[in-house]
Amino acid sequence: MAEPRKSPRQRKSRYTADRGIAGAYDGETVTRRRLFEGGAQGVGGIAVAAFALPSLGFALGPLFEDQLPERYQDIGPEKDFNDETYVPKVISIVPNTGEAGKTTIYVRRTDPARDERNADQPYVAISTRCAHLGCPVRYVTASQRFICPCHGGVYGFQGEVTGGPPVRPLDRFYTKVERGRVLVGARFSLNSKLERFPHPRDPSSHLDGLWQYLYPGRPST
Amino acid sequence: MKRPQPPLPRALQRRPAPPGDGAGPNGDQAAPTLKDQAVEVPVSVVGWLDERTGASPFLRGFLYRKVPKGTNWFYTLGSASMFAFLSQAVTGVFLAMYYEPDASRAYESAQRITNEIFLGELVRGMHRWGSTVMIVLVFLHMGRTFFFGAYKYPRELNWIIGVILLVLTLAMGFTGYLLPFDQRSFWATVVGVNINASGPVVGPYLADFLRGGPEFGAYTLSRFYALHMLLIPVLIAALIGAHLYLVAKLGTTAPPWLKAEKSKALAKEQV
Repeated sequence: MAEPRKSPRQRKSRYTADRGIAGAYDGETVTRRRLFEGGAQGVGGIAVAAFALPSLGFALGPLFEDQLPERYQDIGPEKDFNDETYVPKVISIVPNTGEAGKTTIYVRRTDPARDERNADQPYVAISTRCAHLGCPVRYVTASQRFICPCHGGVYGFQGEVTGGPPVRPLDRFYTKVERGRVLVGARFSLNSKLERFPHPRDPSSHLDGLWQYLYPGRPST
Repeated sequence: MKRPQPPLPRALQRRPAPPGDGAGPNGDQAAPTLKDQAVEVPVSVVGWLDERTGASPFLRGFLYRKVPKGTNWFYTLGSASMFAFLSQAVTGVFLAMYYEPDASRAYESAQRITNEIFLGELVRGMHRWGSTVMIVLVFLHMGRTFFFGAYKYPRELNWIIGVILLVLTLAMGFTGYLLPFDQRSFWATVVGVNINASGPVVGPYLADFLRGGPEFGAYTLSRFYALHMLLIPVLIAALIGAHLYLVAKLGTTAPPWLKAEKSKALAKEQV
């Protein structure tokens, strides 16, 4: 108590002997107790990390790996389709999941007069996954609209938003023609100008203006 | 030293022998009857355990702790939530014995639980309705804590733990909803996961974690099953332990309409 307060700049000696720790060796900077304390905690930490990190990586892996390899599936001969209206087809979007892995798509032939953008695709294959929260939309031929049953999203003939909460047009799939058969490949997303984006996005991801940077494309998609 | 007797119901307490009856000529006790021996069994079992665990001071402190004046039925909502959780845990474990978390068999196995397995309809119904009851109880418990001001110093940490428990309970509801794997649960989960995806920057990654990939696939169901029956329940059980420890440690609050009584000595001093 009577000892005058040391200035904070004056540092304690590195040597345990100078600090008056009982049983200190000459020239020792860390006591054995301290060393073993640190050692035991370090070993415990390594043991936890040895099982926790691989498990965490295992659980989070899908975020960083390409899960859906590019593959094309046959949806029928070219004569099944026209450029006037959409024809529904069922494709399997996730293999080996039975009915839950299948989805309906709407397909029509690309009409150069109507489809200025994405004219490189021979067919327009529209995904039925609503861009709001992913419910299945259906095409109503009479009104030429895609209508979502969940929250009232409405899309026009190109899949562009004409009403309700969706934030971007309906996704599409890459298409190609081989030996007179129409093949459907991977999904791609579009913004409201029907510009194509390299990674498909989740429903509810905005793709216009600055919004597109808040919903980044991921390696997994 | 005399060991303190554990608190026993009256029927199990050893009665002192009536004076002058049964005592031998030398004053020693008569041989204990069969009934006396039978009564002694649970007492000695409890005593054996207590001698080795030292649990009785802790249990007595925990179970016979003082509660403030004015404690009423609203104070039972916390234990009601806990019993709802226990009921969910027990029925859930037994449902897991018949349920198959496989995209092509989940629906059939849930149907089989309801339609074919003995008492399956009851146990599944208890789990299904119990989940709703638990969420209602948790919210009522939260409301009680809020309106009675029981979240204030020194109980803020318990409020925080309670909020985490609320979020975990809702996560249980969300992950459990998919498991029957019918049209309703499938599309509700698709929408729920996409609501998670609508959060900027982290949302899409969170959705990927929940689905186990970019599309709702084969692993989504097993992922939800593992979260629903292993990860979240263990977290909830651990946090309930911490929550209860703090309740026992800090005690409960008196209802706000009860004013603290002034001590008579202090009142005299003020006059």
